[in-house]
Amino acid sequence: MNTTSTETLKHPLEEYLRVDRLPHIWCPGCGLGMILGALLRSIEKNKLDIDKTALISGIGCTGRAAGYVKMDSFHVTHGRPLPFATGLKVAKPDLKIIVLNGDGDLAAIGGNHFIHAARRNVDMTVVCVNNFIYGMTGGQLGPTTPTKAQTTTSRQGNAEHPFNLPFLAGACGAVYVARWTASHVRQMERAFSEALNKKGFSFVEIISPCPTYYGRMNEQATGLDQMRYYSYHSTVKHGANLADIDITADGQIIVGKFIDIEKPYFPLPQGETDGK
Amino acid sequence: MTKNHDNSGEYFYSGDEACAAGAIAAGCRFFAGYPITPATEIAETMSERLPEVGGTYMQMEDEIASMAAVLGASWGGVKSMTATSGPGFSLMMENIGLGAMLETPCVVVDMQRAGPSTGLPTLTGQGDMMQAKWGSHGPYSIIALSPASPQELFDLTIKAFNLAEQYRVPVLVMSEEAIGHIYEKVTVPPESKITLTQRRKPKVSQKEYLPYAPDADLVPPMAVTGDGYRFHVTGLTHDERGYPVMTAEAQHKLVRRLVDKIENNRKDIYSFEETFTKDADVVVCSYGISARVASIAVQQAREIGIKVGILRLITVWPFPSEKVKQLALNVRAFVVPEINQGQIALEVERAAGGYAKTILVPHMGGTVHNPEVILEAIKQAAR
Repeated sequence: MNTTSTETLKHPLEEYLRVDRLPHIWCPGCGLGMILGALLRSIEKNKLDIDKTALISGIGCTGRAAGYVKMDSFHVTHGRPLPFATGLKVAKPDLKIIVLNGDGDLAAIGGNHFIHAARRNVDMTVVCVNNFIYGMTGGQLGPTTPTKAQTTTSRQGNAEHPFNLPFLAGACGAVYVARWTASHVRQMERAFSEALNKKGFSFVEIISPCPTYYGRMNEQATGLDQMRYYSYHSTVKHGANLADIDITADGQIIVGKFIDIEKPYFPLPQGETDGK
Repeated sequence: MTKNHDNSGEYFYSGDEACAAGAIAAGCRFFAGYPITPATEIAETMSERLPEVGGTYMQMEDEIASMAAVLGASWGGVKSMTATSGPGFSLMMENIGLGAMLETPCVVVDMQRAGPSTGLPTLTGQGDMMQAKWGSHGPYSIIALSPASPQELFDLTIKAFNLAEQYRVPVLVMSEEAIGHIYEKVTVPPESKITLTQRRKPKVSQKEYLPYAPDADLVPPMAVTGDGYRFHVTGLTHDERGYPVMTAEAQHKLVRRLVDKIENNRKDIYSFEETFTKDADVVVCSYGISARVASIAVQQAREIGIKVGILRLITVWPFPSEKVKQLALNVRAFVVPEINQGQIALEVERAAGGYAKTILVPHMGGTVHNPEVILEAIKQAAR
């Protein structure tokens, strides 16, 4: 049997992935593979020096992303990637810092760090993979779970109001804020490129399917159902008023680029005092 | 930007100021903290001194973030520290555990005040000694030092950085409000007289580097982020590659090493000071401010003919069990004054192994002991 042709097959992102750790642990239909793929392709397109790029993640399904990338990568405590990354950036200002957070990691246990990292305008790119639920622990209510949505800890429907993360990031001082869904692959890739080229705290929220828990409990049983929902229910509104882009259980998802501004960032470049 | 930071000379420093001076002398160039009494003066002094030597002071949103930022900066190759007191120390426990697991050199100063909870913010205590050893979840080993004067706080802060770099572990300086706020003469030696331990760099190529492949002393060399090693580290149980492995075998191999790299090297790590122990029937075993107060009682007891000595612990963790055991074979009793309900006394009792009795002199905090109370305990022990 001739197997030489298959042996030469390489993963197109082999330069950036720890292929010895594949297959990954994410469920079929999960959006994380698409999001990580888009992020790595934008790193490739922008020719970032991978030796000078560090990826930091926390706990949860998204947290596992750091373990799959072939760069200096840190899988730290729940909710703490942002302050860890802040210390790293201050110690090594020439590093390009990327932080990948899940919604629980970023907005619940790490919420305080999120608002303060944005306020300081720390020079880093923060991606929040928002699937509306705690996946790793089996589908509990989170800080972005839409009102009325069912989870294993809100069987009667979520009685709480969720965070509108772009609104929060913008209010706290982020210089770049965008939201896309996992079905917007090209837009997502472009947003990552723009965020990576931004000086200061750039924030991209990606609405992502979790068919195993969120989808199954909310009448979107497969990853395909969720992706279809995103395609049919997303409305692009660049520059939308952030107060108007709340996410509901069955309404429109407003996506687009909402903020793209310049302002002094932290840490200041060597020898400069005004952050420009 | 970096100017000569040789500040040698004699100073009238508080313990907090001496600690900051020691950190600068040790090469600390990153401090992340959150204001808390009675450690605030360390942060204030660092915020002034660090920019002078090309370092960065960061005031974080809380102590959780402070500890996380300290670990991040250390992985950036910069000697890093934080300083706090009881309530902040509690919040730091989560990432002290991460520091132990990722084997991240750093220094944490705890200016102990009387607890629990908010307790007596401006008044002294020693209630965090067991928390220093066991405060984060899971089995791990850590190093904790206990200075008895501003001068020693200066010296031990330097030593803490050296031990942190040598063993790749968070090192805790367990001081107290009473030492932090006392003003005394502190001699800062010239830079050339200060020995500093530098971090062990990888000896293999970037491709061959395994972040958790240890040297013979069980400590792995450590790469700096951005130097092309492309390493991965995780708080999950991991193998030598730094990759997560969810098995009991991997857990045993990793955690055994994390503990052994401290415990097997403990005789090189721990230090103590003995006074009048040669002919002693009774030994006072104490640390920090309590050892200083106890020395008054020991003098008084000697004056009335009681053969009593002092074993002052300078390193509290790892605990010098061998020393205590050796003394236990020759003395009738240990007297352990400490400003808590009995923490290190339990270790003394364990190490004495029944060969000598242990008499605790507890004090709930707010002041140091009255030396007369310690003298009474010595008299009782000598009977």
